[in-house]
Amino acid sequence: MAETDKDSTKSEELDEGIEVGVRRLTPERIQTVINSVLGAETGARFKAYIQTCIHCGLCSDACHFYLSNDKDPRFSPVGKVKQTIWPMIQAKGRVDAAFIRRAAQIAHTECNLCKRCVQYCPFGIDIAYMMSMVRRIIHKLGVTPLYLQDTAHSHAATMNQMWVKGDEWIDTLQWQEDEAREEIPELRIPLEKEGADIMYSVIAPEPKFQAQLIYQAAVIMHTAGVNWTMPASMGWDNSDMAMFSGDNEIMGRVKRAHFETAARLKVKKIVMGECGHAFRSVYDMGNRWLGWAMPPIPIVHAIEFYHDLLKSGRIRIARKYDKPVTLHDPCNVVRGGGLHEMARYVVSQICEQLVEMHPNREHNYCCAAGGGVINCGPPYKNKRMAGNRVKAEQLFDAKSRGAETLIAPCHNCHSGLHDIVHHYEIGLDIKFFGDIIYECMEKPENP
Amino acid sequence: MHALYQFVAGPLAWAAFIVFLGGLLYRLIRLLILVRNREPFISSYMSWRYGLRSIVHWLTPFGTVRWRTMPVLTVVTFVFHLFLLITPIFLLSHIVLWDEAWGLTWWALPDVLADIMCAIVIACCVFFAVRRSTQPEVRFVTDSSDYLILLLTAAPFLTGFVAYHQWTEGAWMTILHMFSGELMLALLPFTRLGHMLLGWLTRAYMGSEFGGVRHARDW
Repeated sequence: MAETDKDSTKSEELDEGIEVGVRRLTPERIQTVINSVLGAETGARFKAYIQTCIHCGLCSDACHFYLSNDKDPRFSPVGKVKQTIWPMIQAKGRVDAAFIRRAAQIAHTECNLCKRCVQYCPFGIDIAYMMSMVRRIIHKLGVTPLYLQDTAHSHAATMNQMWVKGDEWIDTLQWQEDEAREEIPELRIPLEKEGADIMYSVIAPEPKFQAQLIYQAAVIMHTAGVNWTMPASMGWDNSDMAMFSGDNEIMGRVKRAHFETAARLKVKKIVMGECGHAFRSVYDMGNRWLGWAMPPIPIVHAIEFYHDLLKSGRIRIARKYDKPVTLHDPCNVVRGGGLHEMARYVVSQICEQLVEMHPNREHNYCCAAGGGVINCGPPYKNKRMAGNRVKAEQLFDAKSRGAETLIAPCHNCHSGLHDIVHHYEIGLDIKFFGDIIYECMEKPENP
Repeated sequence: MHALYQFVAGPLAWAAFIVFLGGLLYRLIRLLILVRNREPFISSYMSWRYGLRSIVHWLTPFGTVRWRTMPVLTVVTFVFHLFLLITPIFLLSHIVLWDEAWGLTWWALPDVLADIMCAIVIACCVFFAVRRSTQPEVRFVTDSSDYLILLLTAAPFLTGFVAYHQWTEGAWMTILHMFSGELMLALLPFTRLGHMLLGWLTRAYMGSEFGGVRHARDW
């Protein structure tokens, strides 16, 4: 616990977004913002959650932060509500700047919005939603952690997460097409192909520093004979950190651009790469903000796409991946989309052996990176590592039963687990499904 | 004393039941209006099938992962809520009152059994109070209102138990018993004891989301 205290003090010193923001606050501004958000932006759900919670603490054991910090009650889901929402309501918004600083840290760096606590609450109270409302208040007060805010700025200015410029995007796709044509000369990455069956969308880190993932996807698409396209305009990025910074307006703009791009290209559906939060943004939060109960254009996550390709025999595996693998269930596509059994089908088709982690499927532990937490940057890395000891134990257990490779079909999970594997010296190779499929699939012969 | 008894057993009982039922209805209508005005999307996700599926799982002892991970608390929770409802409804001396007032009668619990059940409800309340004051994660989120609503719930059973065993002279314990029961009923809709009503709705909504959108179990 002493270590946690030290870490959070260090974070305070390092996070200019929070520190500068807090210095600008006045009691009047705090009160106005809190009351306007809680008064005008919440409704029946929020009210029912506050009035139903019986303070029983049963949500505690759901939370990886709580379990990993030796069951320190400050990290329990309801404990986080007690340190944020309850005093705001009781004091009718009259809380001080130090309170807001702490609330920003709690909502942004001690909760991944993973919704595991929902499954542990007898009343199904959605504490992730409550923490999102805290983030909304923090956003409106201008106290969002610096790194996350920078990412939200990037979304606002460029419609993608990583300040990728328009020409860089097209250039990267053509570069990957060139690279892939070395291997498969007929391969194309079709840009702006109106009427294609599928628009393939990725998150901005792919063109920025993981361009090989686009290469691999192109090889899979080509081999499976998919009629696909990628847009050459803004709207190609499906990621959305504004969703996590509480900037719902920007979230809505980014999602609208994405859906409208797919509509412009007249595609039947959007297939997305292996990303969890992006799935949440197009399947759960962004579409709802825009008034769509379900996505206006069908969204197919990579797990489901690979599942369908393997099941229908459109891609075939030449030789199964022979190292034993363990599978991480990303919250946003498993607790958020129910893709866990499809993921296991994909594993069974492409790998020799699966070593299950426990708990798994929709009861998985979060990676502690999601929900925008890893995007709050280096100041919080130590807290993130300390806050997910249970995941490390889970991974180590899988490794002790033979697992050598960890499949994480989500970008945030991938990065978060990479940090955990290194920090706790677990020694697992981390891969996407796409990595293994590309490695093991039958490819067209190079003449 | 007799006049006080008549008042507590008559007009005050009427008032308590009216405030109880009216209060619950008021809370429900207020909430539904709020849904319509602020979050009409809720109705587009609500599903009878998935809502009830979730409720059935959570109403089944050990029917959820959470219930299975803490067997003692699960048993106490289920026994407490079950006996809390059954004991007063099927208590012979309560049915006698209904019979005298309305000519209504129904099956009654044997007195000895009802007595044991009442004692168990009181014991459960003590268990909850001890848990609240000793378990760090519960203690951290506890304030005086949590003990007050526990006391509000325990009081009718405690006073009823003492009155039944006639450990005190005269009718005043019976009067206190009726008064505490009426107080609990009247305050229920306006305190977090209202989870008696709202808990079904929050559970049903989350069950609907998990069933219809998330395709995952919420139990």
